[in-house]
Amino acid sequence: MNYLAQSPTDERFVLNLGPQHPATHGVLRVKMVMDGEYIVEAEPVLGYSHRMHEKMAENRTWAQFMPNTGRMDYLHALAYNHGYACLVERAASIEVPERAEFIRVITNELNRVSSHLLWFGAFVLDLGGFSPLLYAFDDREQILDLLESVTGSRLTYCYFRFGGVYNDVDDAFVRGTRAFIARMRKRLPMYHSLVSKNLIIQQRLVDVGFVPAEMCRKYGATGPVARGAGIAYDVRKHEPYGVYDRFTFDVPVYSEGDSMARYKVRMDEIEQSLRILEQALDYLPKGPVMAAKVPKTIKPPKGDYYHAVETARGLLGIRAVSDGSGTPWRLKWRTPCFSNLLVFGEAGRGMLLPDALALLGSLDLVIPDIDR
Amino acid sequence: MNAETLGAQLAALPGARVRAADHAAVGYDLDVALPESSLLAAVGIMDGAGYFIEGMTGVDWFGECEALRKEAEAKAKKAAEAAAVSAADAPDTSQAAPPETPVQESIPQEDELEVVYDFNLYSARHRVCLRVRTPRSNPQIHTIAEIYPIAHWHEREIHEFFGIVFIGHPYLIPLLLPEDAEYHPLLKDYSA
Repeated sequence: MNYLAQSPTDERFVLNLGPQHPATHGVLRVKMVMDGEYIVEAEPVLGYSHRMHEKMAENRTWAQFMPNTGRMDYLHALAYNHGYACLVERAASIEVPERAEFIRVITNELNRVSSHLLWFGAFVLDLGGFSPLLYAFDDREQILDLLESVTGSRLTYCYFRFGGVYNDVDDAFVRGTRAFIARMRKRLPMYHSLVSKNLIIQQRLVDVGFVPAEMCRKYGATGPVARGAGIAYDVRKHEPYGVYDRFTFDVPVYSEGDSMARYKVRMDEIEQSLRILEQALDYLPKGPVMAAKVPKTIKPPKGDYYHAVETARGLLGIRAVSDGSGTPWRLKWRTPCFSNLLVFGEAGRGMLLPDALALLGSLDLVIPDIDR
Repeated sequence: MNAETLGAQLAALPGARVRAADHAAVGYDLDVALPESSLLAAVGIMDGAGYFIEGMTGVDWFGECEALRKEAEAKAKKAAEAAAVSAADAPDTSQAAPPETPVQESIPQEDELEVVYDFNLYSARHRVCLRVRTPRSNPQIHTIAEIYPIAHWHEREIHEFFGIVFIGHPYLIPLLLPEDAEYHPLLKDYSA
């Protein structure tokens, strides 16, 4: 395991990965101390896309902050919408109509699939395979069109409102989503035969980049990183929010803890999201999509509130402190990538640089989510 | 270890106040206020019980002392008025309800900064938040980065945003702000 011990040299040099390296997904800089091709020390350097969302929250009303939420993890923006809406609904005791809850689940899971598809394409691109990205973007395009038809935007969604959603879905959307489920179920076997079973991918990912369960716990890693280490932790199962407790779905878990395990978890999650989508469309109730009585200015009672949701990358926890006024006193965003990235500092030690890039890709990082 | 023994263990720490919280209403299950001196022991208990750390939140309670003082004054005034009225109305005190003894909450000498540590279990939901307060003029809290390495970053973030010094932290430079930043933007009296 310890490569350094096999070939000790005194010659070390510093290698800067990023901040604008195409393989780092956003403006992340990793300062690495190298011994030849082996990493001695890897220190992620952050802050290149820091926007101080948490200070912005203290300068506007609760509702005015909603557009900010979609700009942290721009690949799964609806989960951030969802977490924030649930948090404020919990704090201000706002009931959400059933149809709105179902629409939230449907759009959220579509967004999760689109996030995983983009990760899949970009990850394989990191490893040197170009064409899977084109297939993935083809499928992702279908989702973006569907979501655009109801939310009005394609990436940084601001679709949820306190007490419901801003726009009802129509029959065309339901038909389109059903068509997408059928299409995606046909495409997944193709992805597996094109990429998952590919010998080069196997050699790049199997038994490489271990993130064991205990390391996950010490760093607070969640999502596919934890589930790839044998921890069956999914917020949708552990503390169900909205109507997630009404659906039958599995939490994919692989215990190997290597890059391949994390890859498999995400690919399986696409299937599970399709299952949730199918059930949600079958049971989509009729009715209003907004609560009848939502106060114009939200003033949650004094106190602090927490809400967690499962995003494509793991646990998003939002802690709000309200002083009873119309502006948050404090709004803290505990984002999943923050914990998942710091794992790299420890897990990447002693690895070959190309393997470390595979590890970095398998963590599925969105840097604006860390920088906030 | 189950939730109850954990609560009892935390409550046994000097100065700790443990309160069960309604998850449906606030989103966490156990709320533990601690003095700074008991923090490391508490985090050690969480670690031993197999919890993972979700996150750390800094909160600036700027203006809290004044608000508490005003509230206490208003309460005292109201109580005095009520006592005067009841004394005038009903000299027969045996009939009247016993006067509520005003809960004398100790008002801190100066405003404080708070750090909230959120812990949870992978196996079943049990969110525990530990709260530690430190005076605003000289904010110091011991680091927990030796127990949970992710705190290394959380503490750097809280240090740059609130100016809290984490004693024993090996590398307390800004995480997200520019490396030479000497301002603390999440303090309530910060202005650009």
